Amino acid sequence: MASSDISVSTPSRFALRRAISVVAFAFLVLFALLEAVPFVLTVANSFKCLPAVQDYPQSFIPVPPFGVECRTESGASRPAEETAGPLTFNPALEGYERVAEFNLPTWFRNSIIYAVAITVLRVMFDSLAGYALARIKFPGNRLVFFIILGTMMIPGVVLLIPRFIILKQLGMLGTYQGVIFSLAADAFGVFLMKQFFESIPEEIEEAAMVDGANRLTMFFRIVLPMATPALTALTIFSFQGTWNNYMDVLIIVGGQADLWNLPLGLAQLRGQFGQTLEWNIFLAGSVITTLPLAILFFVFQRYFVEGISYTGLKG
Amino acid sequence: MASVTYKNVNKSFGDVHVIHDLNIEIADGEFLVFVGPSGCGKSTSLRMLAGLEEVTSGEIWIGERMVNNVAPKDRDVAMVFQSYALYPHMTVYDNMAFGLKLRRTPKNIIDERVREAARSLGIEQLLDRKPRQLSGGQRQRVAVGRAIVREPAVFLLDEPLSNLDAKLRVEARAFISSLHQRLETTFIYVTHDQVEAMTMGTRICVLNAGYLQQIDTPFNLYHNPRNVFVAGFIGSPSMNFFDAELKEQDGSLVVETKEFRFVIPENLAEPYKQHLGKKVVLGIRPEDIHDSQFLPSNITPAQIEATVDIIEQMGNEVILYLDANDTSFIARVDPRTRARVGADMPLVVNVDNLHLFDSETELSLAYEYKQELIARERGE
Ligand SMILES: Nc1ncnc2c1ncn2[C@@H]1O[C@H](COP(=O)(O)OP(=O)(O)O)[C@@H](O)[C@H]1O
Ligand SMILES: [Mg+2]
Repeated sequence: MASSDISVSTPSRFALRRAISVVAFAFLVLFALLEAVPFVLTVANSFKCLPAVQDYPQSFIPVPPFGVECRTESGASRPAEETAGPLTFNPALEGYERVAEFNLPTWFRNSIIYAVAITVLRVMFDSLAGYALARIKFPGNRLVFFIILGTMMIPGVVLLIPRFIILKQLGMLGTYQGVIFSLAADAFGVFLMKQFFESIPEEIEEAAMVDGANRLTMFFRIVLPMATPALTALTIFSFQGTWNNYMDVLIIVGGQADLWNLPLGLAQLRGQFGQTLEWNIFLAGSVITTLPLAILFFVFQRYFVEGISYTGLKG
Repeated sequence: MASVTYKNVNKSFGDVHVIHDLNIEIADGEFLVFVGPSGCGKSTSLRMLAGLEEVTSGEIWIGERMVNNVAPKDRDVAMVFQSYALYPHMTVYDNMAFGLKLRRTPKNIIDERVREAARSLGIEQLLDRKPRQLSGGQRQRVAVGRAIVREPAVFLLDEPLSNLDAKLRVEARAFISSLHQRLETTFIYVTHDQVEAMTMGTRICVLNAGYLQQIDTPFNLYHNPRNVFVAGFIGSPSMNFFDAELKEQDGSLVVETKEFRFVIPENLAEPYKQHLGKKVVLGIRPEDIHDSQFLPSNITPAQIEATVDIIEQMGNEVILYLDANDTSFIARVDPRTRARVGADMPLVVNVDNLHLFDSETELSLAYEYKQELIARERGE
């Protein structure tokens, strides 16, 4: 029975399975393309001359000559047909040249300062706090944890004004430390680390203690190295979150352009031109903002996937 | 090397009192085994000694030092855990070297000790591996190696063999015994397996429900259990128990159950005389009940009869599940036995080895007397 069953149904079953996988792949490809289109257009348009940006259908294949001039000798902009066809365009550097006239290096530097400092501090504070909550029995342990957890339920916007007032009273508005300290620890990170530490078998820590380690030695030499998946996840979330942070930085540093990070600078680029937004400049700024994260992602892809699959969250 | 002393040690977890007034003196170089059923407090006793649990009251001494307030790292003990608790991110080498590194031992000495321990454990070729690349038996050896290199005053082992399969367990048992002989250090070993306890310990400490039941050599524990619990726990299959009464008949002392009546040999009767007329628990080990056709020499025989319910062939012996007057009991008899299921069968009990316990306190009625007797016999 079983054998005849297989021999009869094998061809059709095989075909069915093939069909299913073809359809599934088609879907995946479709969605991947849908995800990719905005990126492709962003990058393509950042290299176009201004009138060509508004030319439809949007061209996205760069063809030589490269580095064309966007303006005629007399200074007027060249019409779209001269630099772009229906599918292809001649890349120009105008967007990047013009964006460089702004405070871009400062914004870039600030973005790095904020992201690195905040990520380092978060990794440190979140793991120490998470460990204390997971393993050290002090009175009020659970209460503290629930309060921290509770702050995760409060929408971030609600915290903007109290934070503003506190920083004002501390005289830290419009300073680096104002941005860095107010974001130096986060409830989610504490929660993430606590959950991970609780999954480490206590006997391993006890073995280290009998072996001659005190709490701190044990924490740094045994517990933290074992927590790399959680630390990786925490690093990704912190870095990415801080790099893209617009609202908190805006409230804390306000109009002080020398403390802006890239998202704030970008917003200014957009505002600068009012009705006639110069798209190629704005998109060049976007590319510069996104590129570092994208490179990080490619380089550390393997760890990111591990870390994120550990947390059970998706970015 | 050091002696270990528990003085009136108590331990409670919240309202739950799990160790009651533990008093033990462990001599330097001894191999002491804590044995008892699961949950009786063996691990807790060991962990208090390691400093992983605080004592609620009482004192623990290691050598000349009261260690109640000494951190685990300063107690000079090494511990092998049931789960092995190897550091997963370190190689075998680093696992073993970790404790020495923390003590700032010079690198060349660390290297020497790790390699020597690895050689004696047969794990030299594994030094560069991570724990997850090892089999259960190999991990167990690494855990032991990590303890050895420390050269501690006391070795603590908490059920180190219970995650091994039966064959490996027998090998590891012998290995740990030989390790103890070689190192001549104090070993304290926890197990729930009475065979492990009997084969490895120089002395065994039987615990039940947080109370120390008896602490003695394997020989004494087997031949002179202090109470019903120890009698039933040590030995496999377990001792048979019968409700009985002590009576006098024709000038001799007899112990009488619903089914049987045994005359107690004159030379053993002395301690029981004062209990005449009392209700007692009679204990007979399965190995003291013989097929009447295959009797060993040197016993004092008493005939009984029983029906055979089940026969278990073990090869070198046969276990009989018997029934007499609706009382079930077990005998371990000569493999040549011709017992048949359902048949009545004549058996012989060796009355030299009867165990009598007070039916209320469950204490042995002849404990002190037998201790002296054994000491005299073994001493001479
Ligand atoms: N950390 C703890 N908190 C509460 N109860 C515990 C704790 N550790 C052990 N116990 C209790 O103490 C008793 C003895 O435990 P344990 O020493 O682990 O037993 P054993 O090792 O003999 O199996 C058990 O009843 C157990 O439930
Ligand atoms: Mg235990």
